[in-house]
Amino acid sequence: MSHSSGPLSATAVHDGRDLPVWGGGALPYAVPSKKLGMWLFIVSDAITFSAVIFAYGYLRLAAPAWPRPFETASIVNATVMTFVLLSSSVAMVLAVRASSLGKVSGAVGWLVATALGGVIFDILHIREWLGLIAEGVRPFSNPWGTPMFGAAFFTMTGLHMIHVTIGVVYLLIIAVGFGRRKLSAVDVEVSGLYWHFVDLVWMFIFPLVYLLSAKMA
Amino acid sequence: MGKAFGVVLTIITTISVAIFVSRHWWFPEVASAHGGAMDHQFVETFVGAAIGFILAQLALAVFAWKYGEQKGDNRPIRIFPGGVKWLLVLAFVYVGSEIILLEFVGQKVWAAMYFTPPATDSLQVQVLAGQFAFYFRYPGPDGKFGPIHADKIDEASANFFGIDPSDPASKDDIVTAELAVPVNKPVELLLNSKDMDHGFYLREMRVQQDMLPGMQIPIHFTPTKIGKYDIACNQLCGLGHYNMRAFLEVMSEEDYQKWIVQQASLQ
Amino acid sequence: MESMPMEVQHHHTAPTSFIRKYVFSVDHKVIGKQYYFLAIFSVFVGMVLSWLVRIHLVWPNIHIWGLGVLSPTGAPGGVMSPDYYLSLLTVHGTLMVFFVLTTAPQAGFGNYALPIQIGAEDMAFPVLNMLSFWVTFLALCALVATLFVKDGPPISGWTAYPPLSAVGSDAGPGLGMGQNLWAVSIALFCVGSLLGALNFIVTTVDLRCKGMTLMRMPLTCWAWLITAILSLLSFAVLFAACVLLFLDRNAGTSFFLPAGLLVNGKLQNHSGGSPLLWQHLFWFFGHPEVYIAIVPGFGVISHVLSVFSRKPVLGYKVIVGCLLSIGFLSFTVWGHHMFLSGMSPYSGFLFSIPTLIITIPATIVSLLWLGTVYGGRLRFTTSMMFGLGFISVFVTGGLGGMFLAQPSLDIFLHGTYFVVGHFHMVMGVAAIFGMFAGTYFWFPKMFGRMLNEKLGKVHFWITFVGVYCIFMPMHFIGLEGMPRRYSSFVNDAMQPLMPVHTFMTIAALTTGAAQFIFFFNLFWSMYKGAKAPDNPWESTTLEWTVPSPPPFDNFGGKHPVVSYDAYEYGVTRNGKDYIMQTDPPGQPASS
Repeated sequence: MSHSSGPLSATAVHDGRDLPVWGGGALPYAVPSKKLGMWLFIVSDAITFSAVIFAYGYLRLAAPAWPRPFETASIVNATVMTFVLLSSSVAMVLAVRASSLGKVSGAVGWLVATALGGVIFDILHIREWLGLIAEGVRPFSNPWGTPMFGAAFFTMTGLHMIHVTIGVVYLLIIAVGFGRRKLSAVDVEVSGLYWHFVDLVWMFIFPLVYLLSAKMA
Repeated sequence: MGKAFGVVLTIITTISVAIFVSRHWWFPEVASAHGGAMDHQFVETFVGAAIGFILAQLALAVFAWKYGEQKGDNRPIRIFPGGVKWLLVLAFVYVGSEIILLEFVGQKVWAAMYFTPPATDSLQVQVLAGQFAFYFRYPGPDGKFGPIHADKIDEASANFFGIDPSDPASKDDIVTAELAVPVNKPVELLLNSKDMDHGFYLREMRVQQDMLPGMQIPIHFTPTKIGKYDIACNQLCGLGHYNMRAFLEVMSEEDYQKWIVQQASLQ
Repeated sequence: MESMPMEVQHHHTAPTSFIRKYVFSVDHKVIGKQYYFLAIFSVFVGMVLSWLVRIHLVWPNIHIWGLGVLSPTGAPGGVMSPDYYLSLLTVHGTLMVFFVLTTAPQAGFGNYALPIQIGAEDMAFPVLNMLSFWVTFLALCALVATLFVKDGPPISGWTAYPPLSAVGSDAGPGLGMGQNLWAVSIALFCVGSLLGALNFIVTTVDLRCKGMTLMRMPLTCWAWLITAILSLLSFAVLFAACVLLFLDRNAGTSFFLPAGLLVNGKLQNHSGGSPLLWQHLFWFFGHPEVYIAIVPGFGVISHVLSVFSRKPVLGYKVIVGCLLSIGFLSFTVWGHHMFLSGMSPYSGFLFSIPTLIITIPATIVSLLWLGTVYGGRLRFTTSMMFGLGFISVFVTGGLGGMFLAQPSLDIFLHGTYFVVGHFHMVMGVAAIFGMFAGTYFWFPKMFGRMLNEKLGKVHFWITFVGVYCIFMPMHFIGLEGMPRRYSSFVNDAMQPLMPVHTFMTIAALTTGAAQFIFFFNLFWSMYKGAKAPDNPWESTTLEWTVPSPPPFDNFGGKHPVVSYDAYEYGVTRNGKDYIMQTDPPGQPASS
């Protein structure tokens, strides 16, 4: 912030009363702009996801029957994916902590580890997509029932996968920038916000897409 | 300039209100049982809106006329008497009373059309809209419609409803291009669409409903006047939208019986 | 993803190359002007399109020069076909709603004036700001391109209801490539708006100068802030809807398409979706969008009325509260666009309650404007005339909403010209009056020269009387039950009302012609107008403390300190009747 005077430093006169005046700059909310910007982006992106999830719920409830094709193997695979993503979030927390303590190499290491988690998640996910496609699932048809199953599955998981992929690239850029000391600890923290958000979205998609469509014994 | 604005605004307000009040352009004459209540509701709303319209526009006209700054004008400004408080009270009282009046007392028409089930002796007619025509189907003596099979619809052989000829429920169904109903008898229409969003707009009956593919939407009303009325499509459905219309013929009971027998013989 | 645009660039130096200065500029003032001219271009095209559709309604066989070249299939020999009428109507609506009403008042004036009014050097994320503009520019290109592709623009209207918009070219002209481009255009527009909105909110929260508390911000800044919040929340939903529409069209999904669609004799290979879903998603965006268009106008009008009445705006805090509650309520009323859509009639009834309640804050704001004008010393500049005109058209249009908010009356009025008259008056004309008021007000600051006031007055009078002549009769023929979106009424029960259409078309042509006075004034004054002083309107807010036009970093390296509220008029101090927000604290303001 370029204006750096203390809070409530000036006094203005209005209607004969002396009023304390906020000193400008970062206060009174004390949120760095980049962080606030990322929070707002997350709000808006969360609404986009909500709209897609709303569409899924709307059509699923209206459908007379919705396929439940996921065998135990699929659920195990998705659980592993969830585990990988959650672990990457832990790595992200450690990266943020290291960066705030000024440990550059530690932060870069954890950032790369986080990105690696994302890559593994993507690989597992694409493998699963290919498996389903081999079984005949398409956006417009599938072997089990209403064609909306494939449409909803690919749209929701695809949208999430795009977010993970963007996140991996984003984290690597931050890692390089922070390693070269061009970016600050705040930048690492902001990228962490994004990554945790992508994780959180998966925590909705996993039960809604997989668990609700698990094959009943 | 302010005086001119005041004058022009007063003229606009006067002409607008006068045209409304003269009823030169007004609703077509009511021909259904519930229609009168709707017109009444409109007039009540109109009175409320007109009071607000005239007061607001005239106040604006008067202020613009009166408070223009003159050369060397040093008169002090005047704060609105009572400040914000009375304006808030005015807004709450004016709009609040409108809301209570219109929302809770005035929704009888909506309730009558959509919350109450149709009379048990209603004449049921199925309507199917498609680009760019309406077709009507009467259930025949058995009172049952066979299902619509989209894949069996064939305009060339006049199977507009996709009727399965082997279905006993469909055997006696009567398909027509015109909607005819007897006067003073409740009608229930079952609205379907085979392709686009369409609208079903019957001005004189004060009936309107969108028709969505994938849904059968029921509406009901009771025609009270013999005559021939326009049915217009009122939801954009494609290039022929402006040309999509059919007719409702309200007949006496005897005429209707003759008509339906004649239509049955044409099937 | 290059997230570097999120850099706060303080103390940046002025660029020298032409490209960095005028094209890919990160200066909020240049970007504001770019948005403004984008809207001017769009409003010009949109207006010409409205002429064409009005002409076609009344004189369907007329040859229009050049139209046959633009679209040999839609207008062979320059005579418009009924489907080309719908194509042009779609482009008119989309251009006006998105690229004019959403762009000019918020992204145009907001970008230009918000940072200066809160005492900042630039927006919080200048590079992101530049990106927002260029994404919006691409969106406009995609939309304009629909006019030049085979089959022309889509015929599905600006609301793009499926199945018409989703089943592809079987359903009619323009629904192939044209509709795809439309969906891409709107999705891009959403992205641009989201990035812009985010930037506005961060800027307002973080970059206010010393002493600029929230309650000292000009009402314009409040309006831009609240509009930005609405954009952030609602465009996200439209974006999702456009993605799903695009998938339905190109990936074979069926989000908006039920089973058994028989289009043009062909059974569609879709099932499981619902056209109602699109309506819910679209109007969840669509109703806040109405306020995205009009709330910046509220801000500008409150501002302008106070300046030219030489009075503090009446009930500053109440206006802020009303804008906030309008913003909140706007997310609860989308169902009133769908009373007759086939959704549950009970929800229709429930949606009508917040719809009527939202008129309370709107009424309060209108009354407070009247109260601001009362007892002032009115200066009838062109900006002020449009301010007064705004109150008039907003009240007129708003009262039409009293009828349409009731499901009972909607049974008759839905889809008629009553609706067209209502939303043009309250959202179109009122918002455009806000833009005119803003243009005549800020032009001296933006371009360093004054607009010609005489031409401005002529422009105002023709426009003011003209819009009543165009849109008031629409209410009357709506009462007769005349449906909208009909390209012709030949052989129709509505045929006897055609003289009213002729009258409205002539009024539209005249009013449109008067806009050329405005365009001329704008471009002529930019180069030949009288030099503008720093503070021509004797106004109090920060943009009038800096030179016209302001230097690259707005305040020339100085950091303004604010000691007063935004609307200290009607006082006596040092021979002036106003106190600048940055005047040093001293004697209490007395009125």
